[in-house]
Order: sequence, then structure tokens, then C-alpha cells
Amino acid sequence: MTDQIRDRITAIIAEQAMLEPDQISDDSTPQDLGIDSLGLVESIFALEEEFDISIPFNANEPEKSDFDISTMGTIIAAVERLVAQKAA
Amino acid sequence: MSPKKTGKKAGETPAPETTPLRGTDGLRRVVITGAGTINALGHDVPTTLAAFREGRCGISQLDFRDVDRLSIQIGAQVHDWRAEDYFNRQQILLYDKFTQFALLAAKQAVAQSGLDFQGALGLRSGVVLGTAGGGLNTWDENYRTVYEEGKNRVHPFVVPKLMNNAAASHVSMEFGLRGPAFTVATACASSNHAMGLAFQMIRSGAAQVMLTGGSEAMLCFGGVKAWEGLRVMSKDACRPFSANRNGMVQGEGAGVFVFEDYENARARGADILAEVVGFAMSSDAQDIVMPSAQGAERAITGALQDAGLNPEDVGYINAHGTGTAANDKTECAAVAHAFGHHADRLMMSSTKAMHGHVIGGTGAVELLACIMALREGVIAPTIGYQEPDPECALDVVPNEARDARVETVLSNAFAFGGLNAVIALRRV
Repeated sequence: MTDQIRDRITAIIAEQAMLEPDQISDDSTPQDLGIDSLGLVESIFALEEEFDISIPFNANEPEKSDFDISTMGTIIAAVERLVAQKAA
Repeated sequence: MSPKKTGKKAGETPAPETTPLRGTDGLRRVVITGAGTINALGHDVPTTLAAFREGRCGISQLDFRDVDRLSIQIGAQVHDWRAEDYFNRQQILLYDKFTQFALLAAKQAVAQSGLDFQGALGLRSGVVLGTAGGGLNTWDENYRTVYEEGKNRVHPFVVPKLMNNAAASHVSMEFGLRGPAFTVATACASSNHAMGLAFQMIRSGAAQVMLTGGSEAMLCFGGVKAWEGLRVMSKDACRPFSANRNGMVQGEGAGVFVFEDYENARARGADILAEVVGFAMSSDAQDIVMPSAQGAERAITGALQDAGLNPEDVGYINAHGTGTAANDKTECAAVAHAFGHHADRLMMSSTKAMHGHVIGGTGAVELLACIMALREGVIAPTIGYQEPDPECALDVVPNEARDARVETVLSNAFAFGGLNAVIALRRV
């Protein structure tokens, strides 16, 4: 289940970044992947749609959001948490 | 209808009435002789200026259908708005709220100016208004009718109500303005672009009087839902230039002004509120949402050059100051670079923390703060200011209005799409 979530997230980010999924690692930052602020907002929307979750993210203060977007690893962990909360 | 007294024989075209006279230098001076507004702070100019002096906040819980389905619940909404207090049944059927706001503001402005557009003056006068969303409430209500409620019939006036030029057209009809009339849509800079064009038209002799400004009524479910998607809205407050700012807050309303040829205004003994002395626009040509300091700076320096001003002449700037992370630091960088050492001496405030971001009408509402600074020597504050931000290290007149005599002011507007428009006013 978790691996499946990881793959789906990676596919969404890869599409946004115009890269292959295997070019993305847990350490990749949105900046590394060439995703700008508008691309980030678009990615978050795509993740919300994919998992039917609501991601708390304000582009004005990304560091203060409960949703940590600093790397792929933190994004995957945060989405997994929201998916688990939704299932609970 | 018989031709007016033109010195020509009856039946000939009254050409001289529609051919404006040029000044000897080819350029006319342009002054403001009337102002009107409705916004979250009040339904007229005196109430709005009182709120500016008090530093009163017009932002509160939003109140309209389906607001519970929004994640953004605050806005600067016009309270106690009853269209039936101002318009008859047939007018209300034809006027979207953005048109109602524009008409109310225009009536106040024309009443203050004392102008009567009957006859020749109407032929040399026009209207140019800004709006971003036009009749967005009308779109919203009628989409709901056909999509949500499944009805297959809408009211016959939907199109004339929602079109972006509806407000400008109704203002022209209300006062008989038969010259240039159109609408400008440049998102958050719409009314600055509109007022700048009105200024240029009078200065060049293309018109004698222009009603100008802008209007917006986007506070409805669809309007706010669309903005939510961009994730730039604050859920709690608008805090421009403050380190803890977390986004913009939408407002609604209108501002309309009477721009008039100076010689004409002086000859008829009009009370002149301020002189419009310069205008410039620029495009970032870079990004659809992220602002550019260079683009903003080019509009600022362009307005100074157009007005023949030195940076040291400017005492106050009404900032675009949206309260987003990106705008405020970019705007401060642009002002710091454009003004050099003088940036540390001038005052710059954002009144959006009081009246919200009125989008296509915002520059018009904000021009009132510029006029107040020039006429009353009171600088409207940036309220909601809590923490200094090293990237916004200018005198932003935090939280309390300030008494200060200023001779020249600027009003900034920097829109999504990278479209910038800056106006310069001078005390008369």
C-alpha cells in the first residue's frame, strides 16, 4: 500500500518536472527538479485530486505549513500521513 | 435634433463641438475634481477617509451562499448593501453588483465635481473603468442555475449584465458621456491602467472630462473558490510588509473619479482635489504570477520621468502591498532601487489591510489615500503590521496614520501577468 502511494506520488511529480520517475529520489528538492512556485501549487493540487485529500499549504509561508515540501521524502511522508488520517 | 450654436448654418455637422482644443504646448494639465467610492470601509468618500485616519479594518467573516464550503472565510465585503436603496427594480435586473458599485461611486464623483454633461461637454467627455472579473456574480448565479439546479432557461439579461464593459456603458448612459468609453482589464492593475489612460486622453486633448477608476465584485462562492486554488490567500489577516504576512485578502467595491482639463476646471471655479502629473506602464514579460522588481521599477521611474519629477520630490507612495510574500519584498526592492537614498526618507503604506484587495478596482480605492495625503496631510497607515521584515525595510507607516505634508505622491499597481501601472499626483 505504502509503496503504491510512493509510486503514485513520484509519477505525479515526475510528470510535473518532465522527468522519468527513476530520476527522482527522496533527497530531491522541488528546486532540484526544476519545479517553481506555480509548479509546486499545481503538484499539490494533483496530489489532492489523486488521493482525495486536502493538503494544508500556503505559498506565502511554505515553511510554516503542516505539509513539509522540502524534499520528495518529506512530501511522500506527509501524503502518507494524510491518506492514513483519511482512512482512519 | 437641430445642431448646437456653432456659428455654422443649420444642417451642417457641428464639427467644432467634437474637436477638442489643444493647449499651446500641445499638452493639457489634468486635475481631479470629483471622487466617489463604495468599499468595505464605507459607502462614500468621507467614511472611507475617516477609516483611513483611524486605521480601521474592513475585513471580517464572509457572508454569502455556500461560504461554508470555502477554506478561505474572510474578506473585505461591502456591508449593509441594499441595491434597492439606490436603484429601481428594472435597473437592478440589468446591473450586476460591479455595475451597481461603479454607478454609485460615479454619481458621488459627478455630484462633487458639479459638472453637467448635457450638450457639448458630453460629446467631449468619456469613461474608462477597470475591472478584472466584471459581472462575476452573474456568471456564478447563472452557472448555478443551469449546472447545479439543472434548469434550462436563464434570465434574458445575463449577457448585458456580466459583460466587462457593462459598468462603463451604464456610467456613460447615466451621465450622457458620448466620447471615448471602454473597459480595461489588467487584473490587479486594471484601475491604474484605466486612470492612466484617462489622464493621457485629457492631456493629449482627446477628451475634456473623463470619469475613471474601477470596480470589482468578486466576493461570491465561485470568485473566492478560484482564488483559493492559487494558495496565496490568508486565512486570518492581511499584514503587508510584516515578516509574518501570509497572503492577500480579497475585497470588493469601486472608486470613480472625475478627471478634468485643468483650464476648464479653473475657469468654472471647481474645487480641485489634486493634479495628475504622470503615468507609466510596463510589462515584466517574464512570469504569469511571480512579480519582477525590474518591471515594477521601470513603471515607477517611468511615471517620475513622465511627470518631470525627481525621486526626492516624492513624499508618499501608496503601495500595491498585497501582503503576499512575493509582492511585498519585490515591491520594496523596486522602490529601494528606483529611489536610492531617498527610499529611506519617503513613506510607503498599503491600505489593502483595511479595504482588502479590490482587484480591478483597487487602484481607484487606493487613489483616495493619495488624495488624502495631498489635501489633508494625513498618511494612511499599513495596519496589521506586527514584525519587521529585513526585505521590506522601508517606512511603511505601521498601524497608525501619520500627519505629514507631502507635495507629490505615487500609486503603485502590479498585476498578475506582470503588468505594472504607476500614477503620480501632485498637490494643487
